[in-house]
Amino acid sequence: MVIARRGVLVLALCGATLSGSRSTAAQSPVSGFGRAPTAEELRAIDIEVTPDGKGLAPGSSSASAGKSVYTRRCETCHGPTGKEGPQDVLVGGQGSLATSTPQKTVGSYWPYATTLWDYIRRAMPFEHPGTLTADEVYGATAYVLYMNGVVGENDVLDQTTLPKVRMPNRNGFTSDPRPDVPLKKK
Amino acid sequence: MHNRSRRRFLGLGAAWSAVLVACRPKTAAPVAEPRALGAAVSSYGSRSPHEKSARFFNQNTKVPLEEASSRTPLHDTYGIITPSSLHFERHHSGVPVIDPATHTLTIHGLVDRPLVFTVDELRRMPSVSRIYFLECSGNSGSEWRGGSTDSDVQRVHGLTSCSEWTGVPVAALLRECGIQPSATWLLAEGADAGKHARSIPIQKAMDDALVAYAQNGEPIRPEQGYPLRLFLPGWEGNTNVKWLRRLKALDQPAMTREETSKYTDLMPDGTARQFTFDMEPKSIITRPSGGDTVAKGAHQITGIAWSGRGTIARVEVTTDGGATWNTAELQSPVLPRAHTRFRWSWTWSGDEAVIASRCTDDTGYTQPRLAELIQVRGMNSQYHNNGIQAWKVAADGKITNGNRA
Repeated sequence: MVIARRGVLVLALCGATLSGSRSTAAQSPVSGFGRAPTAEELRAIDIEVTPDGKGLAPGSSSASAGKSVYTRRCETCHGPTGKEGPQDVLVGGQGSLATSTPQKTVGSYWPYATTLWDYIRRAMPFEHPGTLTADEVYGATAYVLYMNGVVGENDVLDQTTLPKVRMPNRNGFTSDPRPDVPLKKK
Repeated sequence: MHNRSRRRFLGLGAAWSAVLVACRPKTAAPVAEPRALGAAVSSYGSRSPHEKSARFFNQNTKVPLEEASSRTPLHDTYGIITPSSLHFERHHSGVPVIDPATHTLTIHGLVDRPLVFTVDELRRMPSVSRIYFLECSGNSGSEWRGGSTDSDVQRVHGLTSCSEWTGVPVAALLRECGIQPSATWLLAEGADAGKHARSIPIQKAMDDALVAYAQNGEPIRPEQGYPLRLFLPGWEGNTNVKWLRRLKALDQPAMTREETSKYTDLMPDGTARQFTFDMEPKSIITRPSGGDTVAKGAHQITGIAWSGRGTIARVEVTTDGGATWNTAELQSPVLPRAHTRFRWSWTWSGDEAVIASRCTDDTGYTQPRLAELIQVRGMNSQYHNNGIQAWKVAADGKITNGNRA
């Protein structure tokens, strides 16, 4: 293990010498702890999807094809139309965020479609996370977006089209301005 | 027997002990000697059967208990350290069972050398121990909409706890991997069923973040992330990812569900604040508090104060609904990003009263009134309520939530 690490170190130093750009003083390993992960190990855990679509798995589906996934795997907790619960309401609420009874749903609140794909793949169904195939994740994602009027019934979502889906509340988020209270006297 | 162990505890020398014994009142009734042997030594301690203090969680809810929270009984904790067994919980997919012999932490992404660390390796690396509070951003959230008159300090504010955490600075681990200049965010992900994930600005990771493996002198308990958790001093609870399995350096936030659809603060105009990480200065009177009944006469008002941005500089207590404020005594140690214990002596006259505390930290920020927060943020923001908590004392001594008064 240590020998392997030294090998990596030597290569890194050679690279730095050749390129002459990297600061080896700040970047050299200190302890020798740790080992390089195998490609297989990384594939097993490297699951996040960013808004640009990096991390999306190959596969595709549409709302019409994904309806059966929703019915089988999602409906018990989220209701036949995504509005009934008993768990998180997924559909509706657009135009409600500035009222006294805001409804934060995928359609009214979520800024990125990639987040929905990531979360379904990562954590859903609640009692059996990680059991959906990539096509099923695309299908459930498409169906929830379709129920919210965000995509058409036969729009195909895949690695290329999903990141391009424009969510209604895409521009609804601001950065943290605190401390905001008490108000500063001008 | 009892007196001898007490003197040992106080650390008094033999001479002083003799003086104290000589001065002891002669009128005290003799204490009966115990006639039966007590329990033998044991391998793992437990509390007195007379003590029943427990975490509170709502069992009559549609929310599955695997993604629920349980709250620390703040009204009967002392000092600044929360017993690990009473530390609040918030899980998103239950407490996983993890074998430390096989669990690993992987650091990858925009690094020169992706590395896998075993738990044993992390325990052998140079470590630090620090006392820090941990508060859920949803703590005190009930009060945005007026709360409930009969709620108590545990139900309203019990999603904060304070422990000594031991672990390895994340900065050291990132240096080990050779973090690249293009890395601006770090995705932290747990090994729980739902793979809870949050994006953390790289500055925080390089500043004071820890990969913690111990809490209050023992390995972190399963509910708190055994065997590894991320610890981000002063930052909202859910960013302190439990059961930590990987850190990935990215050039953007991943925009996970927990940093978009949840843990974002909805404002009156319908926009929402995102990445509101630090928990602002806050204090609460823990005793006496909602649900207690006080008698006329002398009382010690006590509570805790903390700031996610620094160190508590001052705590003030009012017993007249905010007309006058008195500087409370702070119990040392007063530590940055840790609970600070405060005390104020009060003689209750028997008239109706409203008692409350407010704190100021070393940035000069003073804890606002809840009404001031609502004036700016409205009533829908759900998270990050650090407003003053008022307790109303009725003429019969019964104390209720005074935030609605």
